Amino acid sequence: MRAPKGIALWVGAASASVLLVIGIGAVLQYMAAGSENRPHLIEVVSDGLPAVFFGTAILMVAAGMGASWLFRRHPHAARQLAEQSRSLLAAEKGFRVSTAGAPPLAELASVINQLADAYHRIEHDLETRSAETRARVEEERDRFVALMSELSQGVVVCNADGRILLYNPRAAALLAPSRPDRHGDYTPLGLGRSVLALLDRNQVAHALDMLQHQVGHVDRPQARFVASAANGALLRVQVAPFLGAGRKLAGMVFTLDDVGQLMGRESQRLRLLQSLATGVRGPVANLRAATENLVSFPDMPADRREQFVEIAASEARVLTERLNTALLAYADALKGSLTLEDMRAADLLAVAQRRIAEALQLPVAIEEADPELWLRVDSYAIAHAMTFLAARLASDYELHGFRLRAGSGGNLGEVDLIWTGAIVGSDALSLWEGEPMRVGHEETPLTLRDVLERHGSEAWLQVDKIRQISRFRLLLPRGQAVAPMPYRGTAAESRPEYYDFDLFERIDMTGALAERKLSELSYTVFDTETTGLEPSAGDEIISIGAVRIVNGRVLKQEIFEQLVNPCRPISRESTAVHGIDARQLANEPTIDQVLPRLHRFCEDTVLVAHNAAFDMRFLELKEAATGVRFGQPVLDTLLLSAVVHPSVDNHHLDMIAERVGVRVIGRHTALGDALLTGEVFMRLVPLLAERGIVTLGQALEASRATYHSRLQY
Amino acid sequence: MSGLRKVLIVDDEPNILMALEFLFKRSGYDVRLARDGGEALKEVDAWRPDVMLLDIMMPVKNGYEVCQTVRERPELAAMKIVMLSAKGGEAEISKGLSLGADRYVTKPFSTQELLATIDQVLQPGAAGRQ
Repeated sequence: MRAPKGIALWVGAASASVLLVIGIGAVLQYMAAGSENRPHLIEVVSDGLPAVFFGTAILMVAAGMGASWLFRRHPHAARQLAEQSRSLLAAEKGFRVSTAGAPPLAELASVINQLADAYHRIEHDLETRSAETRARVEEERDRFVALMSELSQGVVVCNADGRILLYNPRAAALLAPSRPDRHGDYTPLGLGRSVLALLDRNQVAHALDMLQHQVGHVDRPQARFVASAANGALLRVQVAPFLGAGRKLAGMVFTLDDVGQLMGRESQRLRLLQSLATGVRGPVANLRAATENLVSFPDMPADRREQFVEIAASEARVLTERLNTALLAYADALKGSLTLEDMRAADLLAVAQRRIAEALQLPVAIEEADPELWLRVDSYAIAHAMTFLAARLASDYELHGFRLRAGSGGNLGEVDLIWTGAIVGSDALSLWEGEPMRVGHEETPLTLRDVLERHGSEAWLQVDKIRQISRFRLLLPRGQAVAPMPYRGTAAESRPEYYDFDLFERIDMTGALAERKLSELSYTVFDTETTGLEPSAGDEIISIGAVRIVNGRVLKQEIFEQLVNPCRPISRESTAVHGIDARQLANEPTIDQVLPRLHRFCEDTVLVAHNAAFDMRFLELKEAATGVRFGQPVLDTLLLSAVVHPSVDNHHLDMIAERVGVRVIGRHTALGDALLTGEVFMRLVPLLAERGIVTLGQALEASRATYHSRLQY
Repeated sequence: MSGLRKVLIVDDEPNILMALEFLFKRSGYDVRLARDGGEALKEVDAWRPDVMLLDIMMPVKNGYEVCQTVRERPELAAMKIVMLSAKGGEAEISKGLSLGADRYVTKPFSTQELLATIDQVLQPGAAGRQ
């Protein structure tokens, strides 16, 4: 055991004090003895000298041991207590200070241990509570995301700057590229992107402007407009603001509805009217002129009379034909009004069943519901009409239950309200058809006839007198099956990244880029596959993959993937790497069609690639031909890896991935490599921060300084 | 009683009544007219026509009701009903045929085709509807 620091001084001092006391005692004795006794004294001492030395030595050792004992119990124990107390904060939870030492120190130590206990208890409580809060927030977010996914309307939420914070799958589907087989088609919808790019820029800007003005003056500010999306869909857009602290505009919620079909029907109706007006005018004019001549001039010669009669007959034929043609061509436009919605007949029956049963407290069964049948209906009005009829039947004829049925009858759907027993005359139905429909306290000014007319529909009673079964039959227009929402998920383990509320806190994108923190920037990580390794010798890009990183997350939903027809053969070595041969690319777009889309995909982001100089060289060589210039800053994971691990020579993507702990999957497709590069880049950012490289400017400067940046292609 | 086939024409529009009366008389039918649903049912009882040309939108009783009333009476089963209407939607046609009409002709129509249709439904064994 090593002697504690400072103990030697204490022991030495104690022993020396004993020696000093004995020495001083001896000198005083010698002085006091007087000159006559001194020789005798010296003699006595000389005789007992060994005993004197021995006694002194024992006393010195005893004093040293005492000093050591005292030292260990007081100053040393105090110092140890201070050290242990200091490490209490950082050490394992079970660690406590030693209670050795003098009683007051031991007491102090045990008080410190009590404090440590209390501290750890509080720490534990706080951890538990914050874990609970985190779990609750996660759960709420998950529930929220699930809810958003279920909405049949598209929803896009943006912050006050117009940057997108959230969108649901329906919005993604509504704004998806028109050719869904091509992943690579540019979708303007993406976290952190500008909402202005989604629809017509001017319309969106106008709506935002109006909202800015309305906030504070109007109770529920709102803007609506109909706009066409890039994919040609016609959308009804509703914008509502939401306010943050100080009732200032914090962001906006956009809801999107596809109204293409409705508008289509409306414009069809308009065309029907126009075609009838123009098609009928001419023949009617001719008919009228001919017959008025016949009336006005009864004395006209017989041959002339015959001519006019023939004109009247032929114009009447033309009129008939025009009318029939127009009605046939626009048959769909006549099917119901704008308020009708396509809905499954089975769902309509379920609604009616519930409403009738609740209103009348009678059993209602579903006899048959064709699962394939869709109707175009105002479901509220139809359910209300059926409930009204059931109520009249039940009260006037004392019926005790109903059955419902839905089946298809040619181009129409049949919905039947069926009962057994009482035979109802058709005159009763005629009477009811004209009454305002009242059920309990629920009354509409609409009559059954109104509802039928709005649906272009008919209804009647069918009676089987032998079996005593009556049915009230409604003929309703058939609707189109509404396709289930497309699922745009990716890998099973990854939760869809449709939202990012941290974007609320985002600083302005226009801030001096070089000063911006790497962890805050948005990136487009991309990779290309090529026909060969020499762009200047005519090698071409055959595939581009890219993925966005926003707010420190690789957004696997927001990808760009496109094969490119290089219009030249591909070397065998290259095919061996990526497995793509020229035949596969014959029908793909050429680079001049693809680069503008990639450019829009990269808007407002910093580019990231592995060995970026290679890919950028290909892009630069196309600048003149395509007019597309990628002017944004570029970070190279190869160079950044060299900055982080300067002593390592191998900076292949696989090797870096292994070093920073990213699992390698799906390599050697452009998108697979881009995704891997993105993950690697995200791991490199904190490693760069450890070396004091925090901003984009610093990262670019450090990259430039590394040896590898001198490589030229 | 003559051997002519009997046609009852039911419509509330005098112009079409006049034209059809002329047409069917000239084509060798025995013709009577009715101006609404009530009158039509009286004629059916009193005269027992072979075929009834029946408009839908009429006062008192509409064409659907007349048709339904007639079809509820088994003794009138042999009588043919041809609906003649400006209502040309699929739902209306379907309703007319469901209520027991043998044919449904939409206005406007060709007189020659109408004659052919009547001729057809009056053929012995022409029970099927169209």
